[in-house]
Amino acid sequence: MNRNHWKMKLRGRSHVEEWLPAPTDPQQLDSPLEEIKAFATNFSGKLLVRHEIPIDDKMLANLVSTQFFTCIPSITQNPHQCRRCGNQLQRLFANIPCSKCGRTHVYCRKCIEMGRIMHCEPLYVWTGPTVNWKKYDQPCKWSGELTAHQQQAADQISQLIEKGSGELLVWAVCGAGKTEMLFPGLTRALQQGKRICIATPRSDVVRELLPRFQRAFPTVSIEALYGGSEHKEGKSQLILSTTHQLLRFARAFDVMVIDEIDAFPFHHDPSLAYATSRAARTDASNIYLTATPRSNQKRRISSQKLPTVFVPVRFHGEPLPEPTMKQSWDLRSSLKRHLLPSAFIQWFSKRSRPDRQLLIFVPTIELASQLVPSIQELCSQYSTKKMVDFVHAGDTNRKKKVDAFRAKKVFVLITTTILERGVTFPSVDVAILDAGHHVFDEAALVQIAGRAGRSPDDPTGEVVFFHNGKTDAMVHAIQSIKKMNKRGKEFN
Amino acid sequence: MFCIWCDTEIMIEVNWNNLFYPDHPKPLCDQCETKLDFLSGNQCTLCGRNWDFGNRCRDCARWEKDPEWQGVLTFNRSVFSYSKAIQEMVAKWKYRGDYVLVESFRQGFQAAFTKQFSFLEVAVIVPIPLSLERLSERGFNQAEALADFLNATTIQALTRIHGEKQSKKTRRERLVSTNPFEVVTHIKTPVILIDDIYTTGITIRHAAKKLRDAGCPEVYSFTLIRG
Repeated sequence: MNRNHWKMKLRGRSHVEEWLPAPTDPQQLDSPLEEIKAFATNFSGKLLVRHEIPIDDKMLANLVSTQFFTCIPSITQNPHQCRRCGNQLQRLFANIPCSKCGRTHVYCRKCIEMGRIMHCEPLYVWTGPTVNWKKYDQPCKWSGELTAHQQQAADQISQLIEKGSGELLVWAVCGAGKTEMLFPGLTRALQQGKRICIATPRSDVVRELLPRFQRAFPTVSIEALYGGSEHKEGKSQLILSTTHQLLRFARAFDVMVIDEIDAFPFHHDPSLAYATSRAARTDASNIYLTATPRSNQKRRISSQKLPTVFVPVRFHGEPLPEPTMKQSWDLRSSLKRHLLPSAFIQWFSKRSRPDRQLLIFVPTIELASQLVPSIQELCSQYSTKKMVDFVHAGDTNRKKKVDAFRAKKVFVLITTTILERGVTFPSVDVAILDAGHHVFDEAALVQIAGRAGRSPDDPTGEVVFFHNGKTDAMVHAIQSIKKMNKRGKEFN
Repeated sequence: MFCIWCDTEIMIEVNWNNLFYPDHPKPLCDQCETKLDFLSGNQCTLCGRNWDFGNRCRDCARWEKDPEWQGVLTFNRSVFSYSKAIQEMVAKWKYRGDYVLVESFRQGFQAAFTKQFSFLEVAVIVPIPLSLERLSERGFNQAEALADFLNATTIQALTRIHGEKQSKKTRRERLVSTNPFEVVTHIKTPVILIDDIYTTGITIRHAAKKLRDAGCPEVYSFTLIRG
């Protein structure tokens, strides 16, 4: 790390408020009011490049000169910072001999998948009249009932939304029914005419949430934004989005719900934290949902800087399945030869419910495909069902395979950590091969354990960590699950 | 140094060879470098693709049968064969506009050029142009970026009329399309056309035909990829 890097760390990020223009009082424009209103719904709360604004040049120039739009430089100099993604890593800027302006200048490589940010092109911010979002009377058509635990969390969420500006962490176990807990609060927000965003790091989750929200709020305009989604405009009052897609927003939402705040891409990529905090308005209610807070969040909880509400019991009221650890000395050597460790074979042959589907987590993509034959062989020995499949992040058929597993067409699914969270299978046993591998940190292990026993019909399920030497992560994960179960018992 | 494709850090092993004279910094890490497949083995003498069944591949035989296209292109040579990895890289480079990725092809492109074309004593490099619309959309011309690597006279001898992207057309549509090029500079020496990819060969031949009609004695082409 060079010296500059540390200097930047000390100085901290440049605050968004410093450069983001405030709404102005624009001069009269001889366009009809309806048109201006449509522009406002389309463009307010966003940071856009030219080609994302479907208006002809003349009209845009007009809007800029009358201060409906304000232009800001897209990349700062010395040091470079991309104003869209917040990137400050200098190696992710490169030069391009630009044929548009005829000069060689810098562009941002970090957010290039969303359209290139060039130094010679400004970002456009809507500074015209603000939008009055619709106030709904009774938007929520969800008729389910919340458990006592869920209700407690839902009340706190509603309170925060009512009050505005503030934070709340909802620490809820996997399968607590987090989405339903949001409904009363979101209803309140919609009654007040607030704009809402629910952000999650994974596009799978966005796709899964969309129909559930559409059913719960049938009259509200809802949009799902993710890489490759059919809608990209982001002009609805309620937006479900991947954290990536929030890079186009600035000071847009009154209610910002961030699901899985600890999840892998969010945890590692500073630009996503930057984007989500910028997408919320300064007086927004920020709600964070997680089952496994990271150490920095835990620190803020214990020093009482982050208001927190616990939901220690699943919606069906049963405790979380506690993982067991099984040591297997031949683990690494077997896996190297694409064979199964003896402890796994022993466990598999004596499962308490051999008809349950099995989800096997492995640390690497290669291993996932390599183990298929030996598991097929094992299945044909001990079970009547033998469809075995594997899935990983780069798999083009990922969605199809997961659906097939959910429809019970596949009996055993071998997966990397991509299925660790967000997906629900009603009745499965879970095994981790080589749980001591560094990809399985505490949060991952807790999440993986949370895949078992999701359904009220089959609320238990076995979770086994196969390892050749236990790690702190495994011990802490089991401790934290036990602690949650204890907390749940006390509450009852 | 960090790999410009996967952004992992490249560790350089210091040995007696590079202790006093450090190697040129490499743009790609070893793992990404092996994903690029150099064309090698038996090749079609005309288009340069891998071909084990004689001199010319079936496509080239078809081209040479047609009196309109016979001998228009002397031959094409390419650096890499088409693979998923290079397809992704080129897509990000060309369509997403990540200009700096061109550096990952520099060494291979220069070396192959010297190997294939050093027999030509006088030759002029002509990069395949983009239409003005496409150029302003992309911000750079990928063929020019490649031509910049070569240590030879480069002339923008052609212009291009805007049309639909070749990559969006089927083979048949490409073959019957009208010639989009116009000659602006007449060249009387052999020409080497530069482009990023040779797929059906129609783009290269369209350009070659116009140059030949304007008095150019011989047209070769050199592309990054043989699709």
